[in-house]
Amino acid sequence: MSVIYLLISISIIVAIGFFIAFIIAVKTGQYDDDYTPAVRILFDDELIVKPKNKPKSKNKL
Amino acid sequence: MVTHNCFHCGLVVAKTEEIIFDENYFCCNGCKTVYEILSTNDLTCYYNFEKSPGATPTTAPEKYDFLDNLDIVAKLVEFQENTTEIISLQIPHIHCSSCIWILENLQRLQPGILASQVNFSEKKVRISYNNDQVSLKQIVLLLNSIGYEPYISLDNYEAKPQPVDRSLTYKIGVAFFCFGNIMLLSFPEYFEVNEFWIDQYKGFFRWLIFALSLPSFFYSASGYYVAAWKSIKAGLLNIEIPIALGIVVMFIRSTVDIFFDYGQGFFDSMCGLIFFMLLGKLFQQKTYNFLSFERDYKSYFPIAVTKILPNGDEISVAAYEIKKGDRLLIRNQELIPVDGILISKKASLDYSFVSGEAVAIEKKSGDKVFAGAKQLDKAIEIEVLLSVSQSYLTQLWSNDVFQKKITLQYKTITDNISRFFTPALIGLSLISFFFWIFIDVNIAFNVFTAILIVACPCALALTAPFTLGNVLRIMGNRKFYLKNATVIEQLAKIDTIVFDKTGTITTNKKTAITYEGSDLNLDELALLKNALRTSNHPLSRRLYDFLPSTTLLEITNFKEITGKGIFVEINGHAIKLGSSQFVDHLSENTHKKTKVHIEINGVYKGSYVFNNQYRKGLEQLFVALNKKYQIIILSGDNDGERKILEKMLPLNSLLVFDQKPEQKLQFIEQLQKNGKNVMMIGDGLNDAGALAQSNVGISISENVNVFSPACDGILDALQFEKIAFFMKYSKNAMTTIYMSFGLSLLYNVVGLSFAVSGNLLPIVAAIIMPLSTVTIISFVTIASNLYANNFNKIKLKHD
Repeated sequence: MSVIYLLISISIIVAIGFFIAFIIAVKTGQYDDDYTPAVRILFDDELIVKPKNKPKSKNKL
Repeated sequence: MVTHNCFHCGLVVAKTEEIIFDENYFCCNGCKTVYEILSTNDLTCYYNFEKSPGATPTTAPEKYDFLDNLDIVAKLVEFQENTTEIISLQIPHIHCSSCIWILENLQRLQPGILASQVNFSEKKVRISYNNDQVSLKQIVLLLNSIGYEPYISLDNYEAKPQPVDRSLTYKIGVAFFCFGNIMLLSFPEYFEVNEFWIDQYKGFFRWLIFALSLPSFFYSASGYYVAAWKSIKAGLLNIEIPIALGIVVMFIRSTVDIFFDYGQGFFDSMCGLIFFMLLGKLFQQKTYNFLSFERDYKSYFPIAVTKILPNGDEISVAAYEIKKGDRLLIRNQELIPVDGILISKKASLDYSFVSGEAVAIEKKSGDKVFAGAKQLDKAIEIEVLLSVSQSYLTQLWSNDVFQKKITLQYKTITDNISRFFTPALIGLSLISFFFWIFIDVNIAFNVFTAILIVACPCALALTAPFTLGNVLRIMGNRKFYLKNATVIEQLAKIDTIVFDKTGTITTNKKTAITYEGSDLNLDELALLKNALRTSNHPLSRRLYDFLPSTTLLEITNFKEITGKGIFVEINGHAIKLGSSQFVDHLSENTHKKTKVHIEINGVYKGSYVFNNQYRKGLEQLFVALNKKYQIIILSGDNDGERKILEKMLPLNSLLVFDQKPEQKLQFIEQLQKNGKNVMMIGDGLNDAGALAQSNVGISISENVNVFSPACDGILDALQFEKIAFFMKYSKNAMTTIYMSFGLSLLYNVVGLSFAVSGNLLPIVAAIIMPLSTVTIISFVTIASNLYANNFNKIKLKHD
């Protein structure tokens, strides 16, 4: 058996892996709001006063 | 004198009302209170992200008393289990990163809030909270107290979150996955050299490509087959027919090719085509999540009102449950949701939602009040005559125009082109087929399929979506928000523009009177107010209403000189009010402005200027529009301002007054029957019918986030003078589309010349297809941006 079959199968499997990741990302709504997360990621450092500087909790059902 | 801007809301602080707290300047107590709340909770970071991000809290807390009613709360929340509740609230004020930060740190202001998450593009915050510790009302009041008043209306009642349609994203994902992998696997065969290596693995590569093309063919492209089938059934020749035909023929021919080992097939081109066309669809699908174009009276009306029971108790009832004969309590700033009769002595109602005019109307006990009015003074009582859905204003929505969702199937420019393109294409392929069949049956089939493949109007179908999508974005950046891309095509066809008067060509701003001259002290103001009381001149009345109320003084002498002014003596003070000749004051030549000059005891004080209430740039706009469009003013008011308007408007424009909402609708209908393409520009709910009936209904809004009736587009009021530009730009967009249609047909001709002669190689197809797509997309993008920028330059020269 030639190595080409193995390599191409691996490449397709890797591609499918990324594809599945994409589908999951869309399904969980990560593409619904493309602005807020970009702002949110910059926040934690700005909390200079920190009585209870909790890490931001993910709003999950 | 140094002026400061409010640390919280950014307004210029008036020196007399300045409040200094923590070394920061505030314009009012409201703003200061918000700052206090935030600083005691260590949340002053709020002011670090953005300068002056806040809004002044305005509404009285009683407005939210209806949230005590648990049935209503249950209809509003999105999710409820045990003690956890989740609610999505729309907050129009969300506009910057500070807003996101503070709203996502609500749990530090109010124990019981578990988490909150902002969706910026929808201007919504989703709060989950423990209802043992905190109630929805407390949360809403908290938001209100920090200047983020949520917007809750009848529309929210029982409104469950709409399922999001993500199928296009999935389809694009699948299409891109297939396209990318197939492209990679196709490369070896593009450089067809008869090498041993390629020969040996050809079959493996080809069948793998075949397998990879299946999801794209069956899933991603499925929309085109459905659309094509529908248009065949309807007897139309849509662009989808050649597209679907091209894709199907490509797939069959390619399968046959690799099955009989004729060649590698066109799977690469096919998947690329599907991917690019779906991308075009996505590009056109620009939506403004924070705007709603489908509003009806429900989004204006309150969700609940206070009902007074016979025994005097006050309870909150849902607006839908109001019955005839009920007695309602309407508080300050509350909207009356039904028609009724006023029981209280006096009410001062603002019908600005209905008419666009923000002037309070006085009503006396026993007068009829109509739904949609807002009470401006202390609480009043009314007795209900008609329920919500039967009220005068809401009756408008039972008109046909609101029932039919899509009134007329609008023929897009692409559909028009394909009416010719599709038969021509099928004709050409059949002719070549019959030409070749006498020479060689094999070649005949090859040519037949090759024509359908290469002529598959990918570039043609992409032209309109990319141009219109881009134009939609450019207009959106200039604060003209359109519902969808077809509106642009319709804009380009407009020949008649109908304007509403109040609120559309005039502003709602109440501060239409300004004072120029040396400052008047309180005594002088009192003299002035009393002097004005005696005069019935319209300007006197307006100025009288504008001045703050004072004590009554006795007038000893009064003389009115018609057309000049008045002379009044009060307590030995002589007051002269009137035109500049009357007070012997030589003012600079500003005859365009209406002024009332004041002289007290022989000393000239200054003048009150009655600013034009019409929007800035109105006259220039009308002059510009008049060259190409018929202009009509359609007003619900009486013709009191006809003279002024006639002066401002071009000669041939039409003025129609005293129009009721349904008459406005009929007026537009009549114009359309006479073959006109009508654009209606309006604002209030009374224009809603006309906006829905017109070909393009544009609603003008001082604050795009809040109120606008159902329409095709929302224009920020500040951009009013640019209407002429937007009209011209939409025409330019159509020119761009025609030009690029020419370009894409050129590609088709090149491709067809290969196909007809019978030697279309897969590699040629694979080159032509993306090449044409890329040139078309870049051409339309550059062209539409260029048109927009050109305008900027012209504008700069003028300024």
